[in-house]
Parts: sequence; structure tokens; C-alpha cells
Amino acid sequence: MIEIGLGHYLTLSAIIFTIGIVGIFLNRKNVIIILMSIELILLSININLVSFSIYLQSLVGQVFTMFILTVAAAEASVGLAIIVIYYKNKSSINVEQISSLKG
Amino acid sequence: MLAHSLFFYFFSTITVFSAIMVTISRNTVYSVFFLILVFVSISILFIMIGAEFLGMIMLIVYVGAVAVLFLFVVMMLNITEQVGKKTSRKGIINNVSIGFVVGLIIFLELLVAIGGWKYKGDFISISSVNLTTDLTNTHALGNVLYTEYIHLFQISGMILLIAMIGAITLTFRKKENVKRQSYFEQIKRDKESAISLVDVESGKGVNLDD
Repeated sequence: MIEIGLGHYLTLSAIIFTIGIVGIFLNRKNVIIILMSIELILLSININLVSFSIYLQSLVGQVFTMFILTVAAAEASVGLAIIVIYYKNKSSINVEQISSLKG
Repeated sequence: MLAHSLFFYFFSTITVFSAIMVTISRNTVYSVFFLILVFVSISILFIMIGAEFLGMIMLIVYVGAVAVLFLFVVMMLNITEQVGKKTSRKGIINNVSIGFVVGLIIFLELLVAIGGWKYKGDFISISSVNLTTDLTNTHALGNVLYTEYIHLFQISGMILLIAMIGAITLTFRKKENVKRQSYFEQIKRDKESAISLVDVESGKGVNLDD
């Protein structure tokens, strides 16, 4: 309990990952919170990689964390741009009303 | 060691609490603030276990760029008025149950995976880049990033470029009633279409309409 090891960090990462997944399902208000949940999931993957990198004394995990960071930033920017133009066209970003693809 | 565990429990509790608040908060602006809190405490955890450079990069990229981007979008879209709109009750119950079942299954799977770590085979290090104590974290990361992973590094730069182009082209809108400079029209003009030489006879003048 006192000794903090790899398992503690992995458990923290698992908890955040699960919160992100459940957040995508629970959310019924707007798409922005879904994007934030995706950011949480990517963050938990980052914790996983960094803790393994420290545990194994290898730098590869930290290098790949930087690439995940890049992809997360790109994904957030494009997703938010899509949300902005969707709001401009439909004047609502309610998740339940986004059903154009249903036909 | 005691201080390390105390700090870990403190910041991980803050992280889990704020991550829950991100998903269940009614106001989207509050969710963004709790997201910032998650990022800050995770970056503190990173700094604590020895990945200082990544902790600082997390602060700069996530708090300084991504969270501010979220805040801008939340502020620009007028979404406060649709909070009051009730969604259908049945749909919510359905989604909550499915979400909790899926989340529970994934969490249990992750716990099984973490618990089974004890029974792992002998680990063979195949990595060629190891952490050394005589270099700082930033120095070591830079040594590796610009030599062994230079192609991945450049590809991630291309990803950022493409994301920038995509975001700009998505949100760009042509304004009406604005006279813009048209480069192609300007460059396309040549001497034949622009200039015409007219012989002017004395006393008659020139008819420009011809």
C-alpha cells in the first residue's frame, strides 16, 4: 500500500480509461464532451506508456507518448472544426439530433 | 518513499474525481475546467516519476493549446440554451445501462491484465535506448528523438500540418460582397488583352467603345 509500484499507475490508467469510455456512452448533451472523453482515453494511454517506460528503464515509451500527444492535438483541432461547421449549418450540436446519416 | 506514495494518492484522487466530473458536469465550461485539472495533476505525476520533459510538454500542449481550443469552441457556440431541453427519458436509461455494462467489462479486463502481470514470463529487454542517469530526461529524449525516431518525428509533423490544413479548410467561408485580389486573373493578363494601339486621326478623336 505504501510502496507505489507499476501496478498503481496501471490501475490509475485503467480507471481513467474506463471513465472515458463510460463518458462517451453516458453523454446525451453535446459532442464536445465526447471529444473530451476521447482526450481522457488518450491521456490514460499516455500514463500507461510512461509508467512502463520508467519501469523498464527504456525511453521508447516516452518517445511514443510524444507521438500520441501530437495525434491527440491534431484530432482535437479537426474534431472541433467539424463541430463548429456543424453548428453553423444545423445550429445545434445535441447528440440526439445528429442523425443525418440515418437516412 | 512515504512522500512519494502520499503525493501519488493525492494527485491520483484529484485526477479520478475530476475525470468523473468532466463526464457528468452539467455545464460544458465546468467540464473543460475539470479537464484542465486532470491534465495538470497527470503532468505532476509524470514529473514525479521522472519523465519531466513529458510532464512539461503535457502542460504546454494540453493545458495551453487543447484545453484553450475547447474553451474557445464552447464559448463561441451558444450551447447554454439547449441545456434545458429534456432528452427522452427512455433513451437515457438505455444508454446508462449499456455504458455501465461496457465500462465495467473493460475495467475488469484491464484489472485482470494488470493483476496477471505478476505471472509474466521473464522480461527480455529488446530496446536499444535505455535510460541513463548521467543525462537529463530532456537530453536523453532529444538524443533518441532526432536520431532513431527521426522519420516518425517528421511524420508527426506532417500529421500536424495536415490537421492544420483540414481545420482551416473546414471552417473557411467565402464572404459575399468583398472584393478580393485575384492572382490568377492578374497573372493571366498579357499585352494583347490589356493594351490596344489606336491610330488617332487629327481632329476626329477616338471612340473607346470599339
